[in-house]
Amino acid sequence: MTIISTINGEERAIEAPPMKRLLDVLREDLHLTGTKEGCGEGECGACAVIVNGDLVNSCLVPVLQADGAQITTIEGLAGEQRLHPIQQCFLEEGGAQCGICTPGMILATHHLLQHHPQPTLVQIQEGLAGNLCRCTGYARIFKAVQQAANLIPVP
Amino acid sequence: MANQRQIVGQPSPRKEGAAKVTGRARYVDDLTLPGMWYGATVRSAIPRGRIVSITFGPAIPWHEFTIVSAADIPGENAIVHVTSDQPCLASGRVNHVAEPILLLAHPDRAALPAAVAAVNIAYEELPAVFTIEDSESGKGIIWGEDNTFKTFLLQKDRQPVPDEVWQRADFIVEGEYRTDAQEQLYIENNGVIAEYSTTEGITVRGSMQCPYYLVEALAHVFRLPAEKCRVIQTETGGAFGGKEDFPSVIGCHAALLAMKSGHPVKLCYDRAEDMAATTKRHPSRTRIRTAVSHDGKLLAGEIDFTIDGGAYVTLSPVVLSRGTIHAPGPYHWPHLTVRAKAVATNIPPHGAFRGFGAPQSIFAIERHMDKIAHTLGLAPEEVRRRNFLTTGDRTATGQLLSDPVDLDRLLTRALEESGYHAKRTQFAKENPGSTIKKGIGIASFFHGAGFTGSGERRLASVVTIELTPAGQPRILVSSTEFGQGTNTILCQIAAETLHLPYDDILIAQPDTSVVPNSGPTVASRTAMVVGKLVERAAQKLLSILMQSGHLPEDFTPEDFRRAAIIYLGLHGELRSTVEYEPVTSIFWDDERFSGDAYPAYAWAVYIAEVAVDTNTYTAQVTDFHALQEVGRVLNPTLATGQIEGGIAQGIGYALYEKCIWQNGTLANNQMTNYIIPTSADVPPMHVSFEEVPCPHGPGGAKGIGELPMDGPAPAILNAIEQATGIAFTQIPLLPEDIYERMAAASAQAIAVALTTAETAA
Repeated sequence: MTIISTINGEERAIEAPPMKRLLDVLREDLHLTGTKEGCGEGECGACAVIVNGDLVNSCLVPVLQADGAQITTIEGLAGEQRLHPIQQCFLEEGGAQCGICTPGMILATHHLLQHHPQPTLVQIQEGLAGNLCRCTGYARIFKAVQQAANLIPVP
Repeated sequence: MANQRQIVGQPSPRKEGAAKVTGRARYVDDLTLPGMWYGATVRSAIPRGRIVSITFGPAIPWHEFTIVSAADIPGENAIVHVTSDQPCLASGRVNHVAEPILLLAHPDRAALPAAVAAVNIAYEELPAVFTIEDSESGKGIIWGEDNTFKTFLLQKDRQPVPDEVWQRADFIVEGEYRTDAQEQLYIENNGVIAEYSTTEGITVRGSMQCPYYLVEALAHVFRLPAEKCRVIQTETGGAFGGKEDFPSVIGCHAALLAMKSGHPVKLCYDRAEDMAATTKRHPSRTRIRTAVSHDGKLLAGEIDFTIDGGAYVTLSPVVLSRGTIHAPGPYHWPHLTVRAKAVATNIPPHGAFRGFGAPQSIFAIERHMDKIAHTLGLAPEEVRRRNFLTTGDRTATGQLLSDPVDLDRLLTRALEESGYHAKRTQFAKENPGSTIKKGIGIASFFHGAGFTGSGERRLASVVTIELTPAGQPRILVSSTEFGQGTNTILCQIAAETLHLPYDDILIAQPDTSVVPNSGPTVASRTAMVVGKLVERAAQKLLSILMQSGHLPEDFTPEDFRRAAIIYLGLHGELRSTVEYEPVTSIFWDDERFSGDAYPAYAWAVYIAEVAVDTNTYTAQVTDFHALQEVGRVLNPTLATGQIEGGIAQGIGYALYEKCIWQNGTLANNQMTNYIIPTSADVPPMHVSFEEVPCPHGPGGAKGIGELPMDGPAPAILNAIEQATGIAFTQIPLLPEDIYERMAAASAQAIAVALTTAETAA
């Protein structure tokens, strides 16, 4: 079937079987390989993307559910020349080590800061609890999120 | 010189960081080669037996597939590490569940699962062995003559413990301690892409720590010269040892499929396959018997340290060696014997995992030090303090500690910073009236940096720094980046030595057709050993440019670039290559298992605080202090991140991560039921460093990567003992384990109370 959705601000028409995972459509059909697969069962959050304002694990979403949706992937976060403040803070504070969880973690942070522009530590811990990281022990990630919250103007 | 800005010691941003935070970094599964097919593996369903027949189900169009069996292997059917007992593909018999038997390739990835399921393998099952005890009982021999992969005998002063020491000791304290397997759980699974051409040979790119290990493995399996086996490391999404030896297996498999199919073949495992089939941390059992004086001095010790190596040798002897050397802990032993053994079981082979044997034996000795303290009625910190190794002492292997060691000071500082004494008193007072029982515990430990024993001499690592046509220095090493910061620290070291800005230094992607063999990226050796070589190569490059007369004594980055371009114009290229030079004062005797085990040691005191909920029986780490002496810190952000990540893995090792084996099969090979710490499970972590420059590393650095894996588990269980009054001796310690012992303890308390009441009546 043909799925039409807006991905990173651009309308795309995708020919795909309706039950194909959104993750595979992003990676294989659209070559947006910044979205990663870690577990394939919705536990690790490496495949997290934002669909209609919600943070979702794209390995659990059949692409038919993305018809007409607004989708943001990691590729849609940075501007042409400069990093998004969240990306800048992950880079400076050591929030990324091996980098494989980083795209999902950054999108989870983006989602968190939209709902809690000045999150407490507990809100950060809960907001990122669906995204597993094996390298950092999360402490540098918490710092990066706090730093990003300070940089992003509250609307 | 114009540029005197210090770069080593600064929090320079991660070299490949921008690519990682934007999603531009390319991991192996992000790559697609023209004409590429996909691979899959058909694996053993039983732990041990003979393969009777292999048949192919009728529903699959098999002519579309490439099928590889052991018969297709041009060279030796073996994955060679220490020995060659592990077949590349099983032939005739299998020795563990998930052992690879056949390989399939097809242009459509989606066609593979059904095909794998349609291969029917009939077996004649043979009795299998799953535990250390079954293996050593000798009832079933599954490997060699006695199921023993390797033994070591470590004796202080190469003498046995004299009998009279046991007779005159005030106390003899004995204990047995166990640790289970642990999955590395890198978030990126193992994966590679292989290409084959009859003229060019093999090219494998993929997720790995040690490109030259794979070169060697390919050369054996394909009977090709090493120059025809090219290996390229792609961005690697975590490794922790799990991509040290295993890429030799998956890399050879993909290359066999590429050779037979005539296409590039991508072989990337999904999570379930990765967890079921690849290596984990060795389970261990440690028995300790100590003779102790009434004032808490260790008089003698006998330690039996046994690890379960799984079905094939892989790296077990090397893991055993590190575990043996770390078994005595950072203590002075007048007399000590360590008998160590790695045994075979029909479990998938265990392999490298951060710490490499040391977390197992350190868990045991650090729980045992608390047991000694309780037996003697002394404080745990006092027993440790009275036995610490110090400058000028000799370790159990006879190594003279000539570099400064001050564990006493580390302990004092850690106790102060964590508020240890006040908290211990407070918890002791509050626990009886609370359903939440709190505790605080210590672990003091050391970790040797670099390859064990004569390893660095044998590796003879080589590092090159070249000038690019634009006059930029580029580091060429096979040392890989997989999150720990290799790229960043090596560039910092080169920048500081060359008096250039950090951003001016390039580092090549590890490609064995381009980079020399700087050794494997393991054993906390990259910063200290490879970093030192980078420092020397940079010094040499600078002196060549200066001697050429084109670079003034006092230069700017622009002067450097100009001089570099003039030099390249005259000579065509500039490559500064250096090789590891053995430190003549350091010597290790492999046969006697004695001497200088490591060029340097990192030292640490960790303090864990826990809360055990007596309604749910869950233990939570609520605060953590980690103080370590790792020489000079090269990059504080990266170093702190390494320690914090290691603590989280240590918390998982202690409290969450359990491998459940059923008849040799990992039953919980999913992230759903193999539980690692989430962001909600980590405590505040207070990480501090004492910086004592080390003569062996660049700018005084020592190794750091594995150290933080060693201390958390014993510190946490020591804290749980204060909280619950129960001496747990095994990890992982899950709520059901705590429930079992606490329920038994309270049942016993009730029985005692009833008996007392009856007697009184």
